[in-house]
Amino acid sequence: MQKLLLLGDEAIAQAALDAGLSGMYAYPGTPSTEIMEYIQVSRQAAADGVHREWSSNEKTAMEAALGMSYAGKRAMVAMKHVGLNVAADAFINSAVTGVNGGLVVVAADDPSMHSSQNEQDSRFYGRFAMVPVFEPRNQQEAYDMIFDAFALSEKYRLPVLFRITTRLAHSRSAVRTREKAGQNSLTLPSDPRQFVLLPAIARKQYRRLTGVYEKLHDDPVIEGNNRLTEGRGREMGIIACGIAYNYLMENIGDRSGEYSILSVGSYPLNRDKVEALVARSDRVLVLEEGYPVIEEHLRGLLDRDVTVLGRMDGTVPRDGELNPSIVASALGLEASTGKDVPSVVRQRPPSFCKGCGHADLYSALAEVMTEAGPGRVFSDIGCYTLGALPPYSMVNSCVDMGASVTMAVGAADAGLFPAVAVIGDSTFTHSGMTGLLDAVIKDSPITLIISDNSTTGMTGGQKSQATDRLESICLGLGVDPHHLKVIVPLRKNHEENKAIIRTELYHKGLSVILARRECIQTASRRKKAEAADKNKSGK
Amino acid sequence: MKCDIILAGVGGQGILSIAATIGLAAVEQNLFLKQAEVHGMSQRGGDVQSHLRLSDREIWSDLIPHGGADLIISVEPMEALRYLPWLASGGWLVTNSVPFVNIPDYPDNEQVMTELGKAGNTIVIDADNIARDLGSSRSGNMVILGAASSFISMPFTALEGAVRKIFGRKGDEVVEVNLKALRAGRDAAGR
Repeated sequence: MQKLLLLGDEAIAQAALDAGLSGMYAYPGTPSTEIMEYIQVSRQAAADGVHREWSSNEKTAMEAALGMSYAGKRAMVAMKHVGLNVAADAFINSAVTGVNGGLVVVAADDPSMHSSQNEQDSRFYGRFAMVPVFEPRNQQEAYDMIFDAFALSEKYRLPVLFRITTRLAHSRSAVRTREKAGQNSLTLPSDPRQFVLLPAIARKQYRRLTGVYEKLHDDPVIEGNNRLTEGRGREMGIIACGIAYNYLMENIGDRSGEYSILSVGSYPLNRDKVEALVARSDRVLVLEEGYPVIEEHLRGLLDRDVTVLGRMDGTVPRDGELNPSIVASALGLEASTGKDVPSVVRQRPPSFCKGCGHADLYSALAEVMTEAGPGRVFSDIGCYTLGALPPYSMVNSCVDMGASVTMAVGAADAGLFPAVAVIGDSTFTHSGMTGLLDAVIKDSPITLIISDNSTTGMTGGQKSQATDRLESICLGLGVDPHHLKVIVPLRKNHEENKAIIRTELYHKGLSVILARRECIQTASRRKKAEAADKNKSGK
Repeated sequence: MKCDIILAGVGGQGILSIAATIGLAAVEQNLFLKQAEVHGMSQRGGDVQSHLRLSDREIWSDLIPHGGADLIISVEPMEALRYLPWLASGGWLVTNSVPFVNIPDYPDNEQVMTELGKAGNTIVIDADNIARDLGSSRSGNMVILGAASSFISMPFTALEGAVRKIFGRKGDEVVEVNLKALRAGRDAAGR
């Protein structure tokens, strides 16, 4: 047993390794990235031969993890909340097939959208798929609950959803580790048809799922993570989910005995405990990091049996993450607002790094697009989305991974010409390739620019599946070699790059331009590492 | 004992090394610790902050409540002001005086200094210059940490020990220059 100082993400990773993990699968996405990163550099993982390569996207990650589980071994897959949309087909159906080896799906939600396009709440997916959901309150619980999650997964032969939010993912605290368990051996499912979702089998499997889900409400592990403490007061009972409990305790600390509190760390909720809380309370305040999932349930359609306070009646703001001050207000306590921010303080939005290749690409593209007219640049998820901000202000869309390509195709179908899609290399191999195939098949008159910085930049420089493969992928999908161009986005190539972009822009068919220059951040890290290696070998 | 600290700066300025140093020292002192960091998009030249909480009792929230911070440590003067809503009355603000200008509408430096003067207990030092005089322009963050050290509830030697551990991998020279920066910061603050 050790005491380690770990991020929530790292606690999850270390726990999975200690629980006998055989395969870790993921695509980078804030705030989930550090789970895989931790396992990739872990000596323990290396010694135990744990599979730990990045996947092309969250769906391929989810499916590979399911395959590992099929073969009887423990697998974990991690993604940001919107990644679960990408993996949803595999995820929902994995509940119907059920699992063999334990399978834990970590979804890291990002309320307040620090680094995301929405703040969807993954607990919905848990209910939708009818699987158990864990929501740890702190780093130690994140560690401990992973063991429960794997055990529960194997007990019910179901995948388990492990939901965290940004604050836990990226906050560090001391964690006590447990003794390490060994890995499962390779064992095929006892029923060879378990994973064959032909309608006749799927109907049977689905019936099993609905039956098991009902049993989960009273499972002792899930019930144990729904902790009810009965307080002296009747005025207000409180349901606090996950880390909301910390904000509650920050405020009431020593006076917690005055309130009845149901602290929720796993789902489905235990009905008896909710009933006991409601029976003891005139009103029930629901504190949830994310959507009003429990609150909506408690209110029901008619919203009249229980007096409920929460996000839906404005006691807590409808959107955004919680914090101690918001919870203080919800409790009717006086919350300090502190001093005001002086008006002299300006916004400092994120921006391209000095010397970034995306910036040089946009400088050239901006001039060409000024000639073409506004509203024609569809973009995607990555650093290059910053082209939407001044001084470029030229990106007209950022929706989901890969949407630049297909939205440009649709807009071209509507008659918009010229139309441009700008996507990064890693985003392209994540979800842009299939869209490009659509464009190839109808020779859509769009210009696809793949801004290839040879890394997954925004999340901190993880390996990109696209590196050294983009030409062959594009040609393999059927892109006309005469309209597949490579440019190097550097100031000195500005005029030449403009000319190439302009020519392809007005070509009445599909063009692909690979704008290739290594990310300035990964380049500097690489050079440092190379220098260090040289020093070492010199000695 | 509790010590709630907001660390502030611009992405890439090294506030996470300050956090790591205090964090390691706190663990060695057997204190409870929670430290919330910013990763991802905001790291690209945007404003970044870290909530660092130390206590001899269990800590609940990862985030410091408004009006609850005992100390703001900032490596950039305008960024120090951004977190005034978190500063407790009677809390201290320790900041670098050197602006990091990567936005077109960065305010006039005098205005920033005036606001810092109004903020209460403030220590403003030119950490870049002090670090440069020591021959290590990249140790400005350790100078700032040194300047703030008397407000962090642990002995100075604990911070020195953490610097030795954190920079140890990079060799004795790097350790020495960071220790010098830490001490120079403490001396510059005059406390």
